[in-house]
Formats: sequence, structure tokens, C-alpha cells
Amino acid sequence: MELFGQTVICGILLGGMYALIAIGMTLIMGVMKIINLAHGALVMVGMYVTYVCFTNYGIDPYIGMFIAMPVLFLIGCLIQKYMINRLVEVESILPENQVLLTVGIMLVLTEAMRLMFKSDYRSVTTGYSTDTVYLGGMSISVAMVIGFFIAMGFTLLLHLFLTKTDIGKSIRATAQDRDAAVYMGVNSSRITMLTFGIGAALAAAGGSLLLPLFYLWPDIGHLFTAKSFIITILGGMGSTMGAAVGGLILGIAESLGATYISMGYKDLVGLVIFLLVLLFLPGGFRSLARRL
Amino acid sequence: MKNVNLLLKLLLLVIVVILPLVIKAPYQLHIIILIFIWAIIGTSWNLLGGYAGQVSFGHAAFFGVGAYAAGLLQFHLGISPWWGMLLGPIAAVVVSLPIGVIAFRLRGPYFALAMLALGEIFRLLFINLPFTNGAKGILIMPAITTKMFYYYVGLAALLLTVGVTYYIIHSKIGYYLVSIREDQDAATSLGIPTTLYKNYALLPSAFFTGLAGALYMNYVAFIDPNIVFNLTNVSVMVIMVVMLGGVATTWGPTVGAAIYIVLGEVFRTTLGSANVLVFGVLVCLIILFLPNGIVGEIDMLRGVLARKKEGAAGGVKV
Amino acid sequence: MSLLEAKDITKKFGGLAAVSNLSFTVNKGEILGIIGPNGSGKTTVFNCISRFFPLTAGELYFKDKRIDQLPAHKICELGIGRTFQVVKPLRRMSVEENVMAGAFLRTSSMARARQKAGEIIEFCSLDKYRHREAKSLPIPLRKRLEIARALATEPELLLLDETCAGLNPKESEAAIELIQKIRDAGMTIIIVEHIMKVMMGISDRILAINFGKMIAFGNPQEVSNHPEVVKAYLGDAYA
Repeated sequence: MELFGQTVICGILLGGMYALIAIGMTLIMGVMKIINLAHGALVMVGMYVTYVCFTNYGIDPYIGMFIAMPVLFLIGCLIQKYMINRLVEVESILPENQVLLTVGIMLVLTEAMRLMFKSDYRSVTTGYSTDTVYLGGMSISVAMVIGFFIAMGFTLLLHLFLTKTDIGKSIRATAQDRDAAVYMGVNSSRITMLTFGIGAALAAAGGSLLLPLFYLWPDIGHLFTAKSFIITILGGMGSTMGAAVGGLILGIAESLGATYISMGYKDLVGLVIFLLVLLFLPGGFRSLARRL
Repeated sequence: MKNVNLLLKLLLLVIVVILPLVIKAPYQLHIIILIFIWAIIGTSWNLLGGYAGQVSFGHAAFFGVGAYAAGLLQFHLGISPWWGMLLGPIAAVVVSLPIGVIAFRLRGPYFALAMLALGEIFRLLFINLPFTNGAKGILIMPAITTKMFYYYVGLAALLLTVGVTYYIIHSKIGYYLVSIREDQDAATSLGIPTTLYKNYALLPSAFFTGLAGALYMNYVAFIDPNIVFNLTNVSVMVIMVVMLGGVATTWGPTVGAAIYIVLGEVFRTTLGSANVLVFGVLVCLIILFLPNGIVGEIDMLRGVLARKKEGAAGGVKV
Repeated sequence: MSLLEAKDITKKFGGLAAVSNLSFTVNKGEILGIIGPNGSGKTTVFNCISRFFPLTAGELYFKDKRIDQLPAHKICELGIGRTFQVVKPLRRMSVEENVMAGAFLRTSSMARARQKAGEIIEFCSLDKYRHREAKSLPIPLRKRLEIARALATEPELLLLDETCAGLNPKESEAAIELIQKIRDAGMTIIIVEHIMKVMMGISDRILAINFGKMIAFGNPQEVSNHPEVVKAYLGDAYA
């Protein structure tokens, strides 16, 4: 029973951080109606920025993330402005080449990191890396707890940003109906650029929070892309709250899976769930699918 | 004009046939054999992705199954992997049936995602299943080692693939596939059973991709799940091959394969570890500036000057 | 003899009934017009008949065969063709290829399909554009192409959705001429149109609906004088 409780709590804590990454993805998907397979790579780049801050300058990851976020914000804006935005004007037989472009971006980011840092597994060891708190008989990592609460804080802030500020409202309006938003005077190219930037910054934040818990290597991005997808589709595209809930569900499911299912089949189970959700949970994704 | 065209084609065929008698260098022949293999996969993908508009991110599943069908024959039963040239495509078709049932429930990018997941599922299955020798892969001792032999087998397989695809596209099925790509609702309103026809594209596509897999097993003699079921190096690569060469064109995938393999070799030898990075940059540039591929864009330019030939449905070029 | 019969058909989206308890018959050889204000459910009726939407309740019979359970492509095979209000040309195919795609429903031979397409293209006066790509056609020609494509499937019943919408008077006159020509060729037509004048001129009978319910059904004269119809179109003051 204690093992079970510990597993679930770890799942929730992890899930909160996954949610932050997925919210970034859902925001981008909602506003731009694109499938962004480079999202995990953005997380990975964010992690490397925080990692460099830590190893080269001794900046704690929880502070380093505030460097990683603006860096990724900038990268996100540039990708949107000079690549994805361009594609809209290109007449092509297959509209899916948008997906492929993000694959290309993913490759570039991943390989650029590999060139700089090799394929080695890296990790940060801070004073509190191995600390745990005890709750009854359950031991829980301090880094997880801190990460979870920061992630929740960001989620709340983002929610306020989207509901209370003008820019936030413009983002939501564009996500709902771009044409209508444009008629209302929303500068949609600026909004999409900002959205991509914010999405990338959130990816960086989530990645930085996970840095004390995960090994870092260039290919870790795929892992996060897959997770964000599962969460986004679970939660219904474009919904911040949906993504938060989806994140928690995935965290718990994964945590239980790691404890109770053999390692080899773990990823397989995740993919099968992904497929099943895609097929049988038409909640958010069908409505988007029609618009695409 | 028509005769000149035909003559040129015949001349090209003759050159391709006598080429290995002229260049005997194994390295050059090796490159050409790889081009053949990739051209087969590209042509197969093009049938489903380019003509029918169902962009698959999971063709590695068919390639891998084809390769493993050949490899496992030898590994478990000691039967010549050349039987795999027959069994591989069949196995790929068998696998494609349930894949079609699942993935064709979805449209557009969601189909693409489902195929991506299915491709990855196959990779993980072949790592974990008890009879596949896991991540260690399968090594065989090929009975024939002369490059020239594989050259002709590859060429024959490619010509067969292009021929069959050409035949399909220039028939009722081809018109129906392009209709589905252009507007699925309109296609339905014309009485086209869209899911059935998507399967008519998927099955041959899987068949020839499986053939390429079996050929790869025989030629390279070593496979493991992370090679033949690879998302980036097989599933995405084949899309790039087709996009570079020309989506929904007969010879586009072959042209694309040739350029890719040659460029890839040049990059690998001159750029070292940065070659994948350059590849990624290239991917982005192609999509942004050559979205319909080299053959596709050339034809478009020519189309401005002269009406295109009759023969097959829209966007179909010879 | 009735070609199509709708019995109490109902279509709900969520809680909203776009069409409710609608019953009507279409006789062989007639032109039946469906009128109603914006959002009254006209196009939904089409989508229900052509099975693009499943019915929530009710039954549909075509030539005394029940069709509301069949998949959409079967409907066309049985002989019900349709056009779309928002035209859906097969963009990268030529006019001829568009029509051929329709013709392939009744033949597998390329030569037959091409010949048939040629005849229909001529019938619809599209000869000049035969080899033009559909995406390069202006709207009036795209609408014409939709009709040509549907005709190629050899329908007995043709559903025309707003064929004249967005056309100038001269263009819609040409469209009406074409519709009459199709009727003279022996086809039964259901037509949804916004412009009352158009409908009055060509329909044999008219079905008026509002909020998904029938408000009048009969010959054009009766329907146009029906107080409910006047109210729906012009507002209460005129009723």
C-alpha cells in the first residue's frame, strides 16, 4: 500500500511538470493548428541551457530556468517567424508538409546539441538532489516537490495571463477563430509569433524543472514530444486546463507502469494508449481535425 | 516528339543496364544499389502518400517486417533469405491490413500521427518479442557477394515497382485515389468508397516496401530493430526522398533517392559528425522552397509552356 | 410514383434540432424546391439524404428501398447525386478529370469514362475549359463543374445545393437553364435555393421549412402566399 501511495504521489508530482511542457504544446497547436514534432527538442534545448548555466556558472537549475526561458522564447519566435509562418504561403500537394517541417527543425536542434555536447548522458547534482522528504512510510524526492509547485505556479500565472491580459485574450481569440480575430483587429502574425515563443518558454521551464530528475542527452526530446502529445490529446487540444489534467493522468499512469510493468514494454504501453486515445477519445481532437 | 521521348527512355534504360559492366568499382555500385532500394520505398510511399494523400509516418513498419521476414527465415529455419523476397512483401501486406483498419479511421495529420505511433510500436515489438533476437538483430552470411548481382536484382525490383504503380495510377483506381486526396467529401459524394480505395493504395505500398526490406536484408546482411524500424532514418527519410524528387510523380521518388543517397554520402565523408545536422537543414529548405519536389516543379514550369499529356488524373506526371 | 420518401426525419446537433419530424415525398420527374431562411435546416436535409450526417430519427426511402442506414458512397451508387453549397472541386485535376472521377462509378474503362465525361462536359457547356485545372476556374464555372461531376455518376435524383448563390443575374439565368435542361433529360431534382424568384420559376412543388420544421408544402403559388412563409421571409408585420 505504501509502495502504491508513493507511486501515485510521484506520478502526480511528475505529471505536474509534464503538464507545463504539454501546455506549451497545446497553446501552439490551438493557435496555429499545427502539429509540432519539434516541441520535445525545444524542451531538450531548454534543459541544455539550464545545464550549461549550472555546470559553467554554478547557477542553480531553479534560477537557471529563468535564463533558459527567455532564450527559448527567442528561439521559438524565430522558428515561427522565419519558418512555420513562411510555409503558410507555400502551395503544396500535401498539407502535411507542415508536420515534416517540424521534423526538420527537430533534427536541426537535436543535432546541433549533439555537435556541442556529444551524445553523452549528463545530469546535474545539486545539494538537494538526493534529499527526500518522508510522508508516513513514503519517501518522496525534494526536487520533485519543488518542481511540482513551481510548475503549478507557472500554470496558474499562464491561466491569469490568458484570461486577464489583452494579449492573452487575443491569443485565445486567435485560437478560437483566427479570421474573426483578425477582423476584430488582432494582429495575427504577431500573436502566433508570441504564442510560439511562450510555448517554447514553457517547454524550457518544464525541462529545467525535470533536469535534476532526468538524464540529459540530445535524443531525450523524442520522449517529451511523445509525452506532450499523449497529454494534449488526452486533455483535448488547445485547452490549458485539459492539458494540466492530462499531465497528471499521464504522470500517474507512467509511474504505475514503471512500478508494475516490465521495463521493455513500458514505452510500448504508452504508444498503445496514445493510439487508443487518438481513436476513441474524440473529445478535443476531432473538432480540431475538422478545422485542419 | 513522342518518338524522341521514347528513344531517350530506351537509351537511359540501356545505359542503366550496361552500367555495372562499365563501372566495376564496388563503392559506386554500392551507392547505386542503395539508391535502388530507396527508390523502391519512395515509389511505394508515393502511391499512398503522394497520390492518395495519406501521409504515412510509419513506413518503417513495412520495411522492417519485410526485412525481418527474410532474416528470420534464415535465423530460425536456415532457409535461404532469398525466399524472403517472396515472403517479405507478403508479410508486409499482412501487417498492413490491421494497420489500415486502425489508421484509416483518422484523417490528415491525425492519420500521420497514428502511423507514426504504429511504426514505433513495431520497432518496440521487434526489440521485445521472443523470436526476433531482440535488439541484437540478425546477421546472415550471404551466399552471393558480387555487387553486380544485387545491382540487377535491385534494378528489376525497382522497375517492377514503378511499373505496377504506374499501371495503378493510370487506371480508375488512380483517379479515385487522387480524388480522395483532393477532397474526401467530394469523393464520397461521387460514390467512391474512400476507405476501401485507401486500402487499395496501402496494400501495394506495403508490398513493395516489404520487398525493399527483404532486398536490404539480403544485401546488407545485418539488421536490427533500430535500423530497419527507424523513425528518422526510414519513415521520415522516405518522405524526404519523395518530397525532394516529386510528390505524385512517376520518377520523382527515384530522382529523390538518387540525390539523397549521393548527397548523404558526400555529407558523411566531408562533414563528419555534422552530417545529420546538415541533413536537417536541408529538410527545412526543401519544404520551404521545393514543396512539390524537383520533378514536380520542373513539370509545373513546363506546364506553363505546353499542355500536359493526357493519361492520368491531376497532378500525375510521367 | 414517389422516388424519395422522407418519414419524420430528425437531425439533432447536441440538443439543437436542425431538422425535426420532417416528412415529404419527391415524385419522379419533378423539381422539388426547398426554401427557408438562413439556418433553417435546408442543407442539413441534403446532408441527411446523402448520408453525410446520420439521422437522429426517422426513415428515408429511395425507390422503396430504405437508405438511411447505408454509407454515404452507397447512396450515390443507388442513384442520388449531389452538389455542395461550398463547392468542392478536385482542385488539382482538370475539368475532364473531375467529371471522369464521377463517371468511373459506372465503368472501369478509361476510354468509356473519358467519352462519357466528354458528353457531359458538352451538355454543361464546359467544353472550353475541358483541360483547365479545377482550381483555376471562377466560381460560376466551379458550380457548373459540381453539377457536371454529379451528372457523371448517372443519378436518378439530383440534389442541388444553392447553385445560384453568389452568381450575378446573367450567370444564374444560365444556371437555371442548365437545371431545366437536366430535368428535360428526365432527371428528378431537389433544389435548395435562397432566391425566391428562382425557386418559383422552376420548381414544380415547394417545401418551405423554418427552424427545421415544415411550414408549407405545395405548388409555388400556394406556398408563396402561405402566411407562415411570408412571415418567415419578411417578418411578422407582413403576415
